[in-house]
Amino acid sequence: MGAINGVGAAPLRKEDLRFLTGRGNYVADIKRPNMAFGVFLRSPHAHARLNGIDAKAALAAPGALAVLTGEDVAADGLGSLPCGWGIVGKDGQPMKEPPFPLMAQGKVRFVGDIVAFVIADTLDEARAAAELVEVDYEPLPAVVGVLDAIAPGAPQLFDEAPGNLCCDWALGDEAATEAAFAKAAHVAKLSLTNNRLIGNPMEPRAALAEYNPGTGHYTLHSTSQFPHVVRWLMSALVLKIPEQKVRVVAPDVGGGFGVKQFLYGEEAIITWAARKVGVPVKWVAERQEGFVSDRHGRDHVTEAELALDETGKFLGFRVHTLANMGGYLSTFGPNIPTNLYAPLLSGVYTTPAIYCNVKVVFTNTVPVDAYRGAGRPEATFLVERIVDVAAAEMGIDCVELRRRNMIPASAFPYQTPVLVEYDSGDPVACLDKAQENADVAGFAARKAASAANGKLRGLGYSTYVEACGLAPSRMAGRLGARGGLYESATVRVHPTGQITVLIGTHNHGQGHETTFAQIVSERLGVPFDSVDVVYGDTDRVQFGMGTYGSRSLVVGGSALNKASDKVIVKGKKIAAHLLEAGERDIEFEAGVFSVAGTDRRKTFAEIAGAAYVPHDYPLEVLEPGLEEQAYYDPVNFTYPGGAHICEVEIDPDTGVVKIERYTGVDDVGTVINPMIVEGQLHGGVVQGIGQALCEAAVYDVETGQLVSGSLMDYCMPRADTSPRMDVSTHSTPCAHTPLGVKGCGEVGTIGSPAAVMNAVVDALAHLGVTHVDMPATPNRIWRVIQNATLPRAAE
Amino acid sequence: MIAFDYHKPSRLAEAVALLAGAETRPLAGGMTLLPTIKNRLASPAALVDLSGLPGMTVIQEGAGVVTLGALARHADVAGSALVQARLPALARLAGSIGDPAVRHRGTIGGSLANNDPAADYPAAVLALGAVIVTDRREIAADDFFRGLFETALGPDEIVTAVRFPLPRRAAYAKLRSPASRYPLIGVFVAETAAGVRVAMTGAGHGVLRVAEFEQALAKSFAPEAVSGLRLSAAGFASDIHAEAAYRAHLASVMAARAVAEALA
Amino acid sequence: MKIAFKLNGRSKTVDVPPATLVCDLLRENLGLTGTHVGCDTSQCGACVVLLDGEAVKSCTLIAPALEGKVLTTIEGLAKGDKLHPMQEAFHLNHGLQCGFCTPGMVMTAIDFASHNPAPSEEETRAALEGNICRCTGYQNIVKSVMAGAAAMAAEETAAA
Repeated sequence: MGAINGVGAAPLRKEDLRFLTGRGNYVADIKRPNMAFGVFLRSPHAHARLNGIDAKAALAAPGALAVLTGEDVAADGLGSLPCGWGIVGKDGQPMKEPPFPLMAQGKVRFVGDIVAFVIADTLDEARAAAELVEVDYEPLPAVVGVLDAIAPGAPQLFDEAPGNLCCDWALGDEAATEAAFAKAAHVAKLSLTNNRLIGNPMEPRAALAEYNPGTGHYTLHSTSQFPHVVRWLMSALVLKIPEQKVRVVAPDVGGGFGVKQFLYGEEAIITWAARKVGVPVKWVAERQEGFVSDRHGRDHVTEAELALDETGKFLGFRVHTLANMGGYLSTFGPNIPTNLYAPLLSGVYTTPAIYCNVKVVFTNTVPVDAYRGAGRPEATFLVERIVDVAAAEMGIDCVELRRRNMIPASAFPYQTPVLVEYDSGDPVACLDKAQENADVAGFAARKAASAANGKLRGLGYSTYVEACGLAPSRMAGRLGARGGLYESATVRVHPTGQITVLIGTHNHGQGHETTFAQIVSERLGVPFDSVDVVYGDTDRVQFGMGTYGSRSLVVGGSALNKASDKVIVKGKKIAAHLLEAGERDIEFEAGVFSVAGTDRRKTFAEIAGAAYVPHDYPLEVLEPGLEEQAYYDPVNFTYPGGAHICEVEIDPDTGVVKIERYTGVDDVGTVINPMIVEGQLHGGVVQGIGQALCEAAVYDVETGQLVSGSLMDYCMPRADTSPRMDVSTHSTPCAHTPLGVKGCGEVGTIGSPAAVMNAVVDALAHLGVTHVDMPATPNRIWRVIQNATLPRAAE
Repeated sequence: MIAFDYHKPSRLAEAVALLAGAETRPLAGGMTLLPTIKNRLASPAALVDLSGLPGMTVIQEGAGVVTLGALARHADVAGSALVQARLPALARLAGSIGDPAVRHRGTIGGSLANNDPAADYPAAVLALGAVIVTDRREIAADDFFRGLFETALGPDEIVTAVRFPLPRRAAYAKLRSPASRYPLIGVFVAETAAGVRVAMTGAGHGVLRVAEFEQALAKSFAPEAVSGLRLSAAGFASDIHAEAAYRAHLASVMAARAVAEALA
Repeated sequence: MKIAFKLNGRSKTVDVPPATLVCDLLRENLGLTGTHVGCDTSQCGACVVLLDGEAVKSCTLIAPALEGKVLTTIEGLAKGDKLHPMQEAFHLNHGLQCGFCTPGMVMTAIDFASHNPAPSEEETRAALEGNICRCTGYQNIVKSVMAGAAAMAAEETAAA
């Protein structure tokens, strides 16, 4: 008998052993007899007419099995990649939704757009054959930035989207916001960009597809965060094959961060191709291939204004954002800079009037979609930066200005002017605790010590809130979601009383096998070691929407809790029969069913045994077996939040920014496993620091080539450039999830960029610097200092 | 990977003869060559693995010189008690190349023969006025480096050793590109018997000596002598990590830091 | 060509073309898929193995280099059910999340710790510069490596 490890305990992770011993099972590790290898031929042009493809030489190459192109896709009548969200513009018109073909049809629209799929007996042969495919491109002018894309005369990606505009979207009360600005004592203005990022999970994307002509079944192994959704969208809308004949397996997946939560063309193409060539086909992306084909994140250009009264009270907030969608609409693309962005613009503040207009724009770049945080880091960065700008302009301390506008704990639930109602939270307490942990009191002395060494020290704050736990289906439906966002879980109690959980979320680093086992261990009073968690296989797990948007514990955990409750309900019926008592008199606690007020009891294992050996059992009214399933649809988003404080030291000679201290106090609701939560916060914070200090996807504006197209040029945080962090939690339980959880996967990434950049600006404020765009690379910081200190030309 | 033939000669003459073959490349640590082949940017017909050649990994001291065998790995040089004692700047430089796994394979000979414009070793070799010893001759550092990835080496010529005259003092300072970890700018300063020599890597056009710094330091070997000097940005490359003016500025900063370290 | 070496304690002779990367030899020919490939520019460290006890990138090493050498991969660390102290330290300190960078991280750490029984945090971070992790933010990896180094040193002392 192992121990019960429930809520708040920190058992070591169940999943560790296989990873630590090299026994993980990632897609690239899987082999099949007679397996062939595929290589995607991708456009080297950002924008070009595709006049023809000559595959003759490639097909004649040694080992070549097939060269599939857009023509084959069209001939087979395959559908294009669906967009999961249909947003509606402020004029009531639906977004422009040009098709996203599996392989280019007539035109290529970004460097990396798929032009052909070349299959051969070996990987080397497939690569060699791919080099022999002759593609007749007629290059067209390309546009990569949003400002250029909406300019008159810009190259047009789609005839059906004039001006490259996908949607002109808005949220909030424009008139009320205008009125707020009319009575403002001060208006702070800020123009900024939110840098384009590439998620780069360490495992490159990969897929292995098989078709069994004897049964008509397809099996796709894919590096996916949501295998059931891949199966659904791919079978119904793209390949038009029966859903029940498709099995999608996402085994061990080496990190996702959103990048693996979309239906990718590669998944559908390889599944289709496996049937065409009659052997299993495998594809593993190279890292540089990932750079031009994994969906990118962020990429906003924003103009914002904050109206304040003479005391610094926020009166209104007006935001105009241009959001880059890339060359096509990806699975969640248009939802990210709209529904996951504008509703967060209230932040933790009582701003009464907010208006946000977002122009969603096509460009000749990789499609942009969700990347850890997805919309919410962009909103938080904007809000937290403009608060600092306003504070500096009005001569009010930035913490004081925050405190004057913060929603007090007593005001929750709090309805914002931008759709969402925060159920719980205590931003003031998080800020208090963070200031204490960060030793803000000692900052002045540390700044003086830095100055004595010729260094510039700055302190930056980010007090933030985010929306997690995607999502209440009804609300999502109103916002344009084309699917539901519930989750499902099955608790399968075996005759021995041991348990297998089958859940629709996907674990790719988050520790679900451990956290979910803890929930069941506590709820059913069974040893932690007797609970195993299964996920990622459409043939084993009933259904699920997968893992993204910090939803696994919030939505999946709630479904699991609900299914566990159903097990208890049935267990009580069995116990009532066995103990010859009324069902209402049966109590269940710590794994024991007992008759209230007596010593008559049955253990959980005894009840399980009785359910599967129903000799003495109420068969007339109760089915044998003990397995319960639940679907849970959340009633609201959850709203984790917190306060992050960053302290940087800048070397003015080199422009290098070093993070000297990083403190986070986050309200993630109830903490199930503090060890895992802390790990999620660490990882999230460093990804946010990456955005702030070093990461940027850079396109050449003339050619549309991705200049930062490998790890040689795209900077990832490393051990020696990442700080030691002090993260802790201050929890107010979520008011509407059964476990009180709010989600913790994204908070670090959402809270941190603003804290870092506010610290950078604070360090440079004495030079008159009021804003620095991300990433704050050494060169950029040096340039900012140069521009601020060079003698100005006479005016 | 694209197929190639493989030879591992045990005698220098044999290696030289093999390198005369068409499309044949020498292989030392492979830290540049193998990624190049992997990425299909080169497709040699054959590789000649130099690791079987005798005597190529020695690290030894002679009269006023330290000699490194061409196959001395960065980790060997960084960890050598001899180099640490006699040429500490070189030991530190070697210990700062790439990462630990790179330092376990990469060699000084390979680095010099490749002459990457952002490599570290060429800066030390040029600033210290080292002599590159090959299978057939000795080449002064001033004559060895010929711009981007170009050297004085013939196609079948093999570097066997590098001879470093011991300077009075020397140091190297660099700022690494946060992504590739190659130096954005690295400056090696050396006060040698022949005067002050300063070499810079990362500027974009291959390692080169910096006359402005040398002249200033000849007058006064102090950080202040170079920290205020502004090199023209015209001689520096611009890319997404560093604009030319920034590289030019970094050159002065790194030169001053190297001098300060040399004096420390 | 025939190449003879020692792999995880056992003698091995393979017959592969010289243009075979060690990571491919392990993963495709020998079925040892614990060594991962995370990039194509020799920068991520997911593929690090120990060659004669030294951390090297198996994606930038050709099979002939193994001749006569001792190669250790992540699969060769544990003795039966008993984890290597560095593996154990990663487990105890939550030094891994998705697990993809973990094998290379552990191999790099073992080489480092074998020369540094009591490393500082700064030394540890510097030693891990060639191994990218996207999940953990490194904090618990650093903690794991420092704990693992201490555990390795203690094991060595106990054995002596």
